[in-house]
Amino acid sequence: MDAQQQQQQQQQQQKQEQQKEEQEEEQQQEEDQEEEEEEEEKMSFFGLDCVRKKETELERKLRANDREYNLSFRYATNAIKTCKYNFFTFLPLNLFEQFQRIANAYFLFLLALQVIPEISSLSWFTTVVPLVLVLSVTAAKDATDDINRHRSDNQVNTRKAQVLIDRKLRSEKWMDVQVGDIIKLENNQFVTADLLLLSSSEPLNLVYIETAELDGETNLKVRQALPVTGDLGDDIEKLADFNGEVRCEAPNNRLDRFTGTLSYAGQKYSLDNEKILLRGCTLRNTEWCFGLVLFGGPETKLMQNCGKSTFKRTSIDRLMNVLVLCIFGFLAFMCTILAIGNFFWEMNEGSKFTVFLPRQNRTNAGFSAFLTFWSYVIILNTVVPISLYVSVEIIRLGNSFYIDWDRKMYYARSDTPAEARTTTLNEELGQIKYIFSDKTGTLTQNIMTFNKCSINGKSYGDVVDYTGQRLEVSELTETVDFSFNPLADPRFVFHDHALVEAVKLENPEVHDFFRLLSLCHTVMAEEKKEGELLYLAQSPDEGALVTAARNFGFVFRSRTPDSVTIVEMGRQRSYELLTILDFNNVRKRMSVIVRSPEGKLSLYCKGADTIIYERLHQSCSKLMDITTEQLNEFAGEGLRTLVLAYKDLDEEYFNEWKQRQHEASTSMDDREGKLDQLYEEIEKDLLLLGATAIEDKLQDGVPQTIEQLSKADIKIWVLTGDKQETAENIGFSCNLLREEMNEIFTVSGNSPEDVREELRNARTSMKPDEVDSVLLPGRSLVKGVMMDEEVNGEHGLVINGHSLAYALERGMQLEFLRTACMCKAVICCRVTPLQKAQVVELVKKYKQVVTLAIGDGANDVSMIKAAHIGVGISGQEGMQAVLSSDFSFAQFRFLQRLLLVHGRWSYLRMCKFLRYFFYKNFTFTFVHFWYAFFCGFSAQTVYDEWFITLYNLVYTALPVLGMSLFDQDVNDVWSFQHPQLYVPGQLNLYFSKKAFFKCALHSGYSSLVLFFIPWAAMHNTVRDDGKDVADYQSFALLTQTCLLFAVSIQLGLEMSFWTAVNTFFVLGSLFMYFGVTFTMYSNGMFLMLPPAFPFIGTARNSLNQPNVWLTILLTSTLCVLPVITFRFLVIQLCPTINDKVMYKVRQTKATPPPLPRRTRIRRTSTRRSGYAFSHAQGYGDLVTSRRFLRRPAVSGSSGLANTGRTTMGFSPMGRSAGYSPTGRPQNVKVQDVEVTSLQMYKTIRDPAL
Amino acid sequence: MASSYNAKEEDGHVPGSAGHGGAAEAKSKKPDNTAFKQQRLPAWQPILTAGTVLPAFFVIGLIFIPIGIGLFVTSNNIKEFEIDYTGVNSDSPCYSCATNASWNNTTPCLCSLNFTLSQPFESNVYMYYGLSNFYQNHRRYVKSRDDSQLYGDPNALKSPSKECEPYRMSGAQPIAPCGAIANSLFNDTLELYHIEPNGTRNLIPLVKKGIAWWTDKHVKFRNPEGNDNLTVAFQGTTKPVNWRNPVYELDPSDPENNGFINEDFIVWMRTAALPTFRKLYRIIQKKSGPTPTLPSGNYVLNIAYNYPVTSFDGRKRMILSTISWMGGKNPFLGIAYITVGSICFFLGGGFKQAALNIWSVHGILGGVELSD
Repeated sequence: MDAQQQQQQQQQQQKQEQQKEEQEEEQQQEEDQEEEEEEEEKMSFFGLDCVRKKETELERKLRANDREYNLSFRYATNAIKTCKYNFFTFLPLNLFEQFQRIANAYFLFLLALQVIPEISSLSWFTTVVPLVLVLSVTAAKDATDDINRHRSDNQVNTRKAQVLIDRKLRSEKWMDVQVGDIIKLENNQFVTADLLLLSSSEPLNLVYIETAELDGETNLKVRQALPVTGDLGDDIEKLADFNGEVRCEAPNNRLDRFTGTLSYAGQKYSLDNEKILLRGCTLRNTEWCFGLVLFGGPETKLMQNCGKSTFKRTSIDRLMNVLVLCIFGFLAFMCTILAIGNFFWEMNEGSKFTVFLPRQNRTNAGFSAFLTFWSYVIILNTVVPISLYVSVEIIRLGNSFYIDWDRKMYYARSDTPAEARTTTLNEELGQIKYIFSDKTGTLTQNIMTFNKCSINGKSYGDVVDYTGQRLEVSELTETVDFSFNPLADPRFVFHDHALVEAVKLENPEVHDFFRLLSLCHTVMAEEKKEGELLYLAQSPDEGALVTAARNFGFVFRSRTPDSVTIVEMGRQRSYELLTILDFNNVRKRMSVIVRSPEGKLSLYCKGADTIIYERLHQSCSKLMDITTEQLNEFAGEGLRTLVLAYKDLDEEYFNEWKQRQHEASTSMDDREGKLDQLYEEIEKDLLLLGATAIEDKLQDGVPQTIEQLSKADIKIWVLTGDKQETAENIGFSCNLLREEMNEIFTVSGNSPEDVREELRNARTSMKPDEVDSVLLPGRSLVKGVMMDEEVNGEHGLVINGHSLAYALERGMQLEFLRTACMCKAVICCRVTPLQKAQVVELVKKYKQVVTLAIGDGANDVSMIKAAHIGVGISGQEGMQAVLSSDFSFAQFRFLQRLLLVHGRWSYLRMCKFLRYFFYKNFTFTFVHFWYAFFCGFSAQTVYDEWFITLYNLVYTALPVLGMSLFDQDVNDVWSFQHPQLYVPGQLNLYFSKKAFFKCALHSGYSSLVLFFIPWAAMHNTVRDDGKDVADYQSFALLTQTCLLFAVSIQLGLEMSFWTAVNTFFVLGSLFMYFGVTFTMYSNGMFLMLPPAFPFIGTARNSLNQPNVWLTILLTSTLCVLPVITFRFLVIQLCPTINDKVMYKVRQTKATPPPLPRRTRIRRTSTRRSGYAFSHAQGYGDLVTSRRFLRRPAVSGSSGLANTGRTTMGFSPMGRSAGYSPTGRPQNVKVQDVEVTSLQMYKTIRDPAL
Repeated sequence: MASSYNAKEEDGHVPGSAGHGGAAEAKSKKPDNTAFKQQRLPAWQPILTAGTVLPAFFVIGLIFIPIGIGLFVTSNNIKEFEIDYTGVNSDSPCYSCATNASWNNTTPCLCSLNFTLSQPFESNVYMYYGLSNFYQNHRRYVKSRDDSQLYGDPNALKSPSKECEPYRMSGAQPIAPCGAIANSLFNDTLELYHIEPNGTRNLIPLVKKGIAWWTDKHVKFRNPEGNDNLTVAFQGTTKPVNWRNPVYELDPSDPENNGFINEDFIVWMRTAALPTFRKLYRIIQKKSGPTPTLPSGNYVLNIAYNYPVTSFDGRKRMILSTISWMGGKNPFLGIAYITVGSICFFLGGGFKQAALNIWSVHGILGGVELSD
């Protein structure tokens, strides 16, 4: 009774939890919607879109085949429009949008200031030229984007659909399809709009759809029409007469829910999601179907779901915003000082100087100071350079292209190059501190291979040479020839010949072993052509085992509910399947009881070693010891192990047991418990056969990647929907959890108190000496940021989904975060997509670090969107993860290249760029400040106006761009060699407020040199022919030339990677400066437009003076010398990791020697084994009950809509179903071998009907 | 140690994929293998090491010190004589002129100063006037001109640029040349006499041509065209408020030196960068023969004191100077070069010592092992 109650309680709890989750999800969705609505309102508030917001639609009413009626509601047609502009609206709209950016608006404001003659200290063109350039570059980019959108819109809108119009099927464009139309779809066509399924070619009005584009799941789903509409068939007349009326919900973005009613022929039928085909799905395995359009175009659920992705900004962006504000403040400060200076100058000097310089309109000193303030705002505006923003975008774009172009992130097998889908986040890749990774499909390939086995104490699977030394298996190792077996799967690979020999020698244990594997499972076989077997397994593990048996001569051929037919070494034999003792989480084993053709009754059992060992016959104890040793070895290699055992049964006993089982299975109360007891009773005194070892194939290079990343001080958390054992196992095999770790904590409490207790215990054992803050986790926060804590040794944390739910609650999340962050590795198993996002958010919120989430499936979308950077594994199942990601590539191992090479370089380049950019602009600007003290604070510029205009755009643009596109401190090979190079990025060392302040100081110094050296050198000096050289124009030319030399040399110091392009840019810019200067100051230009080029002849007259050049040399030297000295001393006295590596590179003068390929990490100690399968309970029933032959069996209310992995109970296994027993990735799409669980039913159903 | 996995595969050479044939490969999305796209461009990677920095310091020192010495010596060899004739003090001969000077005086106030040159001035001597505390670089002042007008543009002559305000129009007539710069043209006249030991005063010939930049004289400034007669050319315009003569009568002695191309005017129009400046006034040509241009002895400077500067605490100076290849007397560059050179030299030496003795003990870069 107690057990029962407990179970019930548990069930209730589970239900409650589920409900809670659902509620939460709903809430979130509602919030999302609200946000969207708000956004819409905002948009219309700005008057951006001319479309008035329609009255909120509460209910949709429509009538089939009645366009007039439906038109009265003005529903959206099926045309979609993702583009923003058309030909005429482009200019005004785009400009409007651009001027919403603060920088552009600021420059517009400056332009307005410049128009006022009293204030204008610079000609209008100094602002207009850059502004126009920036605006046009951005506009060009926006235009190309929009043209592409137009193109794709057009392509989609002009697809053809067959629409029933005027009692005839006509081919119409998609955009012309309207709500209420009946359209015909054929196999492999995209669903045109959200449809109500009316009828289909398949029996029972079923259709099969693939929803990969919608939710990322590749398994087929079933939709079934109402019988009443199904009867319409493909009779055009009947369909044209169909006048059903639908009332349903208003357009929304919920993919898994639909409510509505159909009124037809006086009857009302309720409609649910099972009868709806959503736009974005593809029709599969269905010849044709008819549907009634419910929602079109923008109102379809697909369109309602997409489009709105949160705009991500990098931390440097945020820092820059702060800095720009600071700069504005600083600008105001400088201008105030200068205005005050002007006030006093006007009081003391200006008032007397009026003889030569009368005041305008008799303004007094105060007003003059006010005007001066604004004049200096104009002059000093270069501290907030407009070209900064454009350059930043260009640099990011360039670095994104490098990612797209990288051959080392190109995966040849699926022909997938890496893709930077967002071009604005590059430098953040160099600052990642936390990685959240999915497991299946991301770390693993989701491919199981039968790797090793132990039969009767003998281990098979290793390749040994003649000395008995174990050899490393590589691609060159000879594989076993299975040609003796015509039914063998050609893709199965095995290396140990001894096992085939044993099979051929008819070793009875080996035969029993494989017989068991071919009988004890729930796999179904499909044989379209003679000899071409296709297994449909519910978990890839099981598929791998059955395939192994098949290749070793025990071919599972077919099954009926009560028989299993296998081909044993060429002889076909049919076993009577008496019972399946199904798998569940508690039993961790499954058994079958079969009667051989000879009439012998046997029980075959496979299961977790610990479980089976308890049930073995004493006679096996010796064998058990040997097998245990081998199991340890298997487990040590990260293989998933299963133990196989069997027992012969007594006919009489079995009949009696069968009787009792029947009673139990029909009893009303505690059926499960009774059955369990019965199973327990029969599954004992088993005889050990051996053990299997299956490799859950990691993707290539995963352990190395994880090792590299952890060396780079990146913490990796694995968030998986898989079960704990599997997750742990993978954790070990991919090097995340290690034997050397001091302890691995497991949190799996079922109540908040338990979880809190477990977390605390974990923490106290990591930090035994700290007691005080145990009760107050909030105390570990400093300004809302949780600091990293030092702990002794390395620890791992494994937390279960249900515990995580408690741990993420408000009261405990800090406790959890603190404990988790003290651990080296964290694995969360059985987590829901929502929890994944919550974990990411938690870390983001309290750790203030840059996070990255990587995943491949629809269930990873939430965390990909939540993290600072989302990475999608492309070419796997569906596209959902990739579509919402910022970067995508085909293999997990590319992550290390993305971060350690591209990310690091991008960060380095961006920081160098920003530092240098601020330096050059501050230096440029500060000189004006010093000059103010010598020109009566009159806002006179130091430089020629043309120089001011062109300085950022022409003279210094390319060199700094060149640096930020080509610079590398060390090349990629060295970057991998020293992952520690990544650490400065995490600590924000290269660009921070401090670095910015240093830049400003450096600029201050440089500007002092740049002003006062020419000042002192030109003071009272004349040319070598006695003529003027200390005039304003010559001085301006001298100062600007000094400045350009100084900043160019400074750039040279910053640049550590001088390619030909860089050299060309730097030298070219200097040459260009002289070219442009001489041109601007030439007679010709002056003659054309005298007022615009007043500097005529200045260049000729002053640049031929030796003392001018000596001044330039002196200024440049003085600007650079302290920098070199300082850097040299820093490198000598406290070198950074970069300095060290660069020095090492220089010393070795070559790429490092290729490193030996890392040998597999072998673990030896503890055993980690279990039925760690992606197995779900319930298949046994299915296989034996014939229920799978009828539709209702699968149409569980939610079963189909959920991702298979996360639901309990029976549901087709999303990913796991597509197993492939060979090393070939499943993503190679072969049109008709689209193995999905639903096909499984279909193919079986066909002969039955 | 770091890892590397099958590099071949990374590069796309999957064993067995060769069989796919050319068609498949042509369609492949595999990125191009160019040095640019793969970021493998050959590059020079300089880093600061003791081996490069220390020699650089020495080299800079070795180059800068001689240059500095050369500059310093050159600057010291330049002879310069400067005399302030503002007349601020009551004992100054120009005191009365200074107190009475105003723009509106029609008759110049005359004063003269005696001075002695202790050393003879060889070769050409340049005579400058210097002004102090005169903000020729004030923004409103600098822009108060019309380059089109000065270039002889007939339209600009008749309707000068707005920048010239308030010296744009005088009544209904446009001012030529307009603007505050032109209006404040320096109009003192200086004459130099050498007093021989016997008491005779010799007027030293002052050359007034060749004092402006060639480009200014020949390109930037131009009289209105169409008439040889400047009086006609400037008809319809009026002289700047402060001027005594119209622009076409600036140099009564030389008709070629009138109008906008008057060299004194051009020199003035080239505004100074700093509030204290000097402008070339006249050139004293070297005499043929061994006699110095200006022998040592007593001189008299006769000044027609027209230009009022005392109102804004300005100073007026007369400067006599010889020049060299590096221009006028300015010891700054020489001193700066010597200083910077020495600092570099000593820094280099100091670092070298440190590199040899201290850093090598504590382990500088090369010694610091990288932990893997």
